[in-house]
Amino acid sequence: MATIAATADQLAYAHADDRSFLRKYIFSTDHKIIGIQFLILSLFFLLVGGTLAMMMRWQLGFPGRPIPGGAALPETMAPGGILLPEFYNSLVTMHGTFMVFFAIMPLLVGVFANFLIPLKIGAPDMAFPRLNMASFWTQFVAGVIMFASLLVEGGAAGAGWTAYAPLSANPEYSGVSLGQQLWCVSLVFLGLSSILGSTNYIATVINLRAPGMTWFRLPLSVWALFVTAILGLLAIPILSGAAIMLLFDQTIGTHFFLPPEGGQPLLWQHLFWFFGHPEVYILILPAMGMVSDIIANGSRKPIFGYHSMVFAIIAIGFLGWIVWGHHMFQSGMNPTLATSFMISTLLIAVPSAIKTFNWLGTMWRGNLQFHVPMLHAVAFVAMFVIGGLSGVYMASTPVDIYIHDTYFIVAHIHYVLFGGSLFALFGAITYWYPKMFGRMMNPFWGKVHFWLTFLFYNLTFFPMHQLGLGGHMRRIYDPTQYAFLQPLQPINEFISINAFLLFAVQSIFALNFILSWFFGKKAETNPWKDNGLEWTVPSPPPHGNFATTPRVYHGPYEYSSPLVEEDYLPQNRPVETTKAPAEQPAGR
Amino acid sequence: MAHAHAAVMQPPAAAEPGSGVYNEKLGMWIFLGSEVMFFTALIGSYIILRFGTPHPWAPPGVILNIPVTAFNTFLLICSSVFMVKAYAAIADGKKHFLRTDPSVPHDWRLWRWVDGGLKFWFLMTILGGATFVGIQVYEYIHLAHNGFLPSGIKEGTHFGELVAQGIVPAATAGIYGSTFYTMTGFHGFHVTCGVVSMLYLFFKKVLPEKYSEHDYRGVETIGLYWHFVDLVWIILFTIVYLI
Repeated sequence: MATIAATADQLAYAHADDRSFLRKYIFSTDHKIIGIQFLILSLFFLLVGGTLAMMMRWQLGFPGRPIPGGAALPETMAPGGILLPEFYNSLVTMHGTFMVFFAIMPLLVGVFANFLIPLKIGAPDMAFPRLNMASFWTQFVAGVIMFASLLVEGGAAGAGWTAYAPLSANPEYSGVSLGQQLWCVSLVFLGLSSILGSTNYIATVINLRAPGMTWFRLPLSVWALFVTAILGLLAIPILSGAAIMLLFDQTIGTHFFLPPEGGQPLLWQHLFWFFGHPEVYILILPAMGMVSDIIANGSRKPIFGYHSMVFAIIAIGFLGWIVWGHHMFQSGMNPTLATSFMISTLLIAVPSAIKTFNWLGTMWRGNLQFHVPMLHAVAFVAMFVIGGLSGVYMASTPVDIYIHDTYFIVAHIHYVLFGGSLFALFGAITYWYPKMFGRMMNPFWGKVHFWLTFLFYNLTFFPMHQLGLGGHMRRIYDPTQYAFLQPLQPINEFISINAFLLFAVQSIFALNFILSWFFGKKAETNPWKDNGLEWTVPSPPPHGNFATTPRVYHGPYEYSSPLVEEDYLPQNRPVETTKAPAEQPAGR
Repeated sequence: MAHAHAAVMQPPAAAEPGSGVYNEKLGMWIFLGSEVMFFTALIGSYIILRFGTPHPWAPPGVILNIPVTAFNTFLLICSSVFMVKAYAAIADGKKHFLRTDPSVPHDWRLWRWVDGGLKFWFLMTILGGATFVGIQVYEYIHLAHNGFLPSGIKEGTHFGELVAQGIVPAATAGIYGSTFYTMTGFHGFHVTCGVVSMLYLFFKKVLPEKYSEHDYRGVETIGLYWHFVDLVWIILFTIVYLI
């Protein structure tokens, strides 16, 4: 049995594609092209969000000094190159907004749910290809609106990415009117995009699995993306509703979140975090799923505890709904309620630990292959443990009251979102790059990028724990204003310098990404020797993906199987056995 | 089957059963899950604002006209019934508009001898929905004209008088207007979207007779949405107008 490769049949149907350029690459309904469109759009916003972060770090490290290149900024942002406090508020807000809604979320869900789900379950495309296209272009509109809000009069939204009312609800309080309104409008469009996408992903996983692809033969990445889509489907409309109410408060004079006429600011917090906590798991579950695929591949071993991994994903997805109050311990809500939220939050450590130990169990005594995606995946596990453990600290109300709204929280969110999700994304992009573009990313520069990022990332974010315990509040414009923070200023400078280096080394990834597209080594069908169905079709797969509907015979993690000579066993490859047919299990 | 695949380790399934429901119907059910959460955000906020305030709320029927909206509710429920009739008609393969049954003696009881097909009942559904929106727009104009706005009740108007007389509590007038217009407005928006979608289907699929008793997925799928919108209205009518 030869390795499954592109056959003449498969290549023949590739030529049947006679769509015009516009239909093929711009208004495409092909899930792979839509995934790549999401990839390019979200990487752009990742760059925008990172640039805003650099400006913040300059102000925090070197307050009151003109920012290099600041002369290019208009007077309303940085007169004489010195950032204005109002502009700093916008930077904080827009950095969070771009990174959460326009970079990490679409990178994880828009890119990989689109690209991987049909390929991994053996489907020709999504259940609703045109809806999929609508989802991308709605996201595009949302991105344009959000980006434009940086340039409008009065500046971009400045009430934080959480947009706490009443600061966000009345232009007189934050000084921002049009920017905050565009923020709301953009998020409503983004919500629509996510809902359309989620509907599509859920329907596709349920209805379009290839014969033999039973629920418990799905790769963990598909399981994670499926549960994520359910979370997105049910959580994001809450944000849409809340953003619409906030928009009405600012524009047509309603009073949802404004106390003078009976509105409730706390209602915004409940609505936002009822969306926001499932959102946290939207931002980590797909990363966990893809890391599971990569770690099994890099360890050349079946994933340890496949079923427990699946149930842990489902458990995290469920628990994510009943913990939102842990963002609000300091909001003045009932302390008894805070205790119940504390307990439910601590419970999430259980499925998270199951996943972590299963990853370790997978690597244990494996034939470890430290290719670039594997390095990122292992870094994901390590960083997620740090971020997860600081999460357990904060879930405990007595500790949270002390560290609430400090840089400890900032360190935590960056350990899970950058150390977690973004490392997983670098790994996933490198891993599936050959399938997307038909070429390999350069492994040497990939490793250079990984090690430098890993180093500067930790030097940037780990000291933030220390700052936070020292009482350094987040979202402050000038830490030197506070006498008790002045001794901590050298740490701030240290963080800023490392943040600039962290930002600079991302150019290695950007160059590797762009140059490999044109000059990279041509990718084989299955460069990582992976079992997934996407590695049985050419790189990149043609329109329609599979020449004939594949049949699935195994789970996705049959590495080092004793049944075959190679150390991997593609899911669609039947294996001859000496067992008598009578012993076969009936049915599937 | 078993013999043909005797050599493989596990016999492949014929096909994964999936949900047993076609994609469009499954997708609409999933999408409605999302819609439930959207209206939960609006209705939940209303409940918290209304029952979280220590001040009294305006008594029912003082500002909002219950009889007119009760009629409108009846109209929307009828529209849902028409949708069921449209579904039943096409499930029986009746693509026509109206036809007469010669076996029944013709008299004033039209429903005995006039048989509606998909075109008739689908159009009736659209008309029901469009009339609902029309009456709602009329209601909005009437309310706004008398001083009831999303921002509250304007002084010196008809409703402003009621506030001055103490019939409508001033403290909750603001959130009354906010919640009323937001909830009913978004419901009206959903009805409008439904009417526009049905008009599209009417001209694109129903009139050219694209649906048959073998494939009427579009009718069933938009029907699910339509019944959902109807159901939301029954909840809204109860909690916004009646209590």
